[in-house]
Amino acid sequence: MKNGFALFLATVVALGTSWCGLVLVPMLQLGGEKLAPILNSTATWPQPRTGEATLGLQVYRANGCAACHTMQVRQDGIAVEVLLTSLGSAGSEDFKEFVQSLFFLPELEKITNALAANLQDWNGALPKVLLTTDRKTVADEMVQRINAAGVKSEVRIVATGADMARGWGVRRSVAADFLYDNPVQLGSLRAGPDLANIGVREPDLNWQLSHLYAPKSVMPNSMMPSFRYLFTIRKMAGVPSPDALKLKGEFAPAAESEIVPAAEAKELAAYLSSLRANAPLYEAPFTPTQP
Amino acid sequence: MKPTRNMTEATSPMDASLCAPLLALLGGAAVWLVVGLALGLIAGIKFHAPEFLSACPLLTYGRVVPAANDAVLYGFCIPAALGVMLWIFARLGRMPLALPLVPVVAANLWHLGVLLGIVEILLGNSTGHTWLEFPRAAAVLLFTAFMLMAISAAATFGWRRERSLYPSHWFLFAALLWFPWIYSTANLFLLSNTPPRGVVQPVIGWWFANNLVFIWLALAGIGTAFYLLPKLAGRPLAGSGHARFAFLTLIFFGTWCGIPAGAPVPAWLPAASAVAALLILVPLVAIAGMVIKTVRGAGVSCLGGPFCFIKFGVAGFVLSGVLYSASFCPQFSRVLEFTWFGVAQTQLQLLGFFAMVMFGAAYEILPRAMGVALPFPKLVRLHFWIFVPGIALFVVPLFIAAVEQGRQWPDAGVAFADANHAALKYLRISTAGQLLIFLGALLFASNLFVMAIRWKLARLKSLMAAIKAPLPDAEAKP
Repeated sequence: MKNGFALFLATVVALGTSWCGLVLVPMLQLGGEKLAPILNSTATWPQPRTGEATLGLQVYRANGCAACHTMQVRQDGIAVEVLLTSLGSAGSEDFKEFVQSLFFLPELEKITNALAANLQDWNGALPKVLLTTDRKTVADEMVQRINAAGVKSEVRIVATGADMARGWGVRRSVAADFLYDNPVQLGSLRAGPDLANIGVREPDLNWQLSHLYAPKSVMPNSMMPSFRYLFTIRKMAGVPSPDALKLKGEFAPAAESEIVPAAEAKELAAYLSSLRANAPLYEAPFTPTQP
Repeated sequence: MKPTRNMTEATSPMDASLCAPLLALLGGAAVWLVVGLALGLIAGIKFHAPEFLSACPLLTYGRVVPAANDAVLYGFCIPAALGVMLWIFARLGRMPLALPLVPVVAANLWHLGVLLGIVEILLGNSTGHTWLEFPRAAAVLLFTAFMLMAISAAATFGWRRERSLYPSHWFLFAALLWFPWIYSTANLFLLSNTPPRGVVQPVIGWWFANNLVFIWLALAGIGTAFYLLPKLAGRPLAGSGHARFAFLTLIFFGTWCGIPAGAPVPAWLPAASAVAALLILVPLVAIAGMVIKTVRGAGVSCLGGPFCFIKFGVAGFVLSGVLYSASFCPQFSRVLEFTWFGVAQTQLQLLGFFAMVMFGAAYEILPRAMGVALPFPKLVRLHFWIFVPGIALFVVPLFIAAVEQGRQWPDAGVAFADANHAALKYLRISTAGQLLIFLGALLFASNLFVMAIRWKLARLKSLMAAIKAPLPDAEAKP
């Protein structure tokens, strides 16, 4: 670069291409994203939040919760499992014998060891995951054979990964999950657990509020600081407030006083309860558990 | 053109024009560095005692951390770099600073913007976008201040008497164009009344953060190092051809990094970033090679002066860049994403690389511009020998904590809180490093403040003398 103009041009081209690639194209591709259809359902995703929960997102932002919490569930892959739901008229020992008679089928040859080990210590408790595999044809074959014998079983698609094993989600997070968020706060550090489905894990509002006021009261080895400035401690006026926290032991308020959440604390708890990434989508399928 | 030592005498018009802008930019930067590191220390202490200051909403962890990071990046790194840039443009162009009053006004506007932004974050008015937490009013102040500064810098660049361009010019001029573009894009999209929906927001945020924290700091820091290292070593920059190669590969590849591998976005975005992250190893190797060739055998003893600061800073850049590149590689990112790795790499980039280069530059150019020696030259050496172990003690335990977390998280049998508790002792060690870094910053600030106060007193004295001086006879007569 001998002169200033060449330098200017190189800089503008370099930054311009990345601007087009990482700002403009994502806007065109994702900026007009619509609500996603939930698989095997007429509903769409994400479901709208209540007004209180929408305000709670702003409390989440104001207090920088995303400094320690992510909302991104990671998934390693997908597996197919055969879930046994009913034995029909057969006993569990009969069923074991029946399954062993299937071991000689060429389709099931590769999974016999896993299947045998899985069934060895089984006492007949249901529902039982008979088989986890990455090949759907094997699972289908298995279900077809054993259902023909009068038991009930089904093929289920499950997402796999450490986050799923921890119960932090049933599938990975996808772009559609964040359509109603502004600002979108994905977080980049897990000093605390992922919150993508905290509303499924801890649906109890009183749990959420107690956790915000005194984290150690519900999670003994929590490192979260208390958010007691979102609560008021006041003298009890005759009847206790219905909102008052039910804390026990060292966390309980002094006699004749109660701890009441301020509006912000209630909004934040409502927002946390609204985080329930649990709908199967085209881009992240799984078989939901039937209630 | 080869920069050589003692190009001009200390009291030249060039230096006189730079005194006030440099003091305004670097003096304010020193204040923000101390403030930012103090806030960082408060955040660090919360890992020893979560209840520390937890009753105070202003100082809750989630507000202190972005305030601390922004104070260091926007308060210290950018104004310090702009001061050094003005100096280098003036020196390389062999002319005094153009419009010298403009940067002084701009510096004050900038620091006002940072003050407003930090106060707003602590009050809970952060925007919620990483590295863009400052609300609109502060962002407008910062943008205006930068454009004013850019006018003065571009005029100095355009009216330069020495027409040939030196490698430092490329890096610093690109930095001058880079910031307004990325900062306006990010703010106009994310802080507008109708921001883009869904994950486009974090995508723009990641693009901005990469272009500011990695690319902009690299351009400004390496541009400064390419000017000062040869000057301090007393020999030309080795391999100027490689410099062009490093510059072009850095801006063309580096600007595509930033989208994390596991992000919930279309897969082509993280894939593009992963390829770019691999390619930035090319400029990193080129820069490392050039700097090693330039400083090796220079015969300058390294006892903790500006030369040491800048040499250490470049080493910090290469290390931080390699770790940054690794963090986009899917194999590493599966293990290290969401651990303390990202925090450690960012702090290495801000403090281990950029702050070190800026310290060296400030210690070198301020005495020249002011025409006086540093008030406490011994503290410079002490600063270096406190800061280096401070950075090691801050960053290395965080990396170990990250590996510990990455090892335990995949095993769902280990409770998450237990896995994080295992990493906690390393976090606690890193607080000692934060304390050393804070002390080092105090030493830096003390040198700068005493210098600034003495300069202002001298100005005041000469002003008073001019007022008190008896009128010349010609004017005294009616």
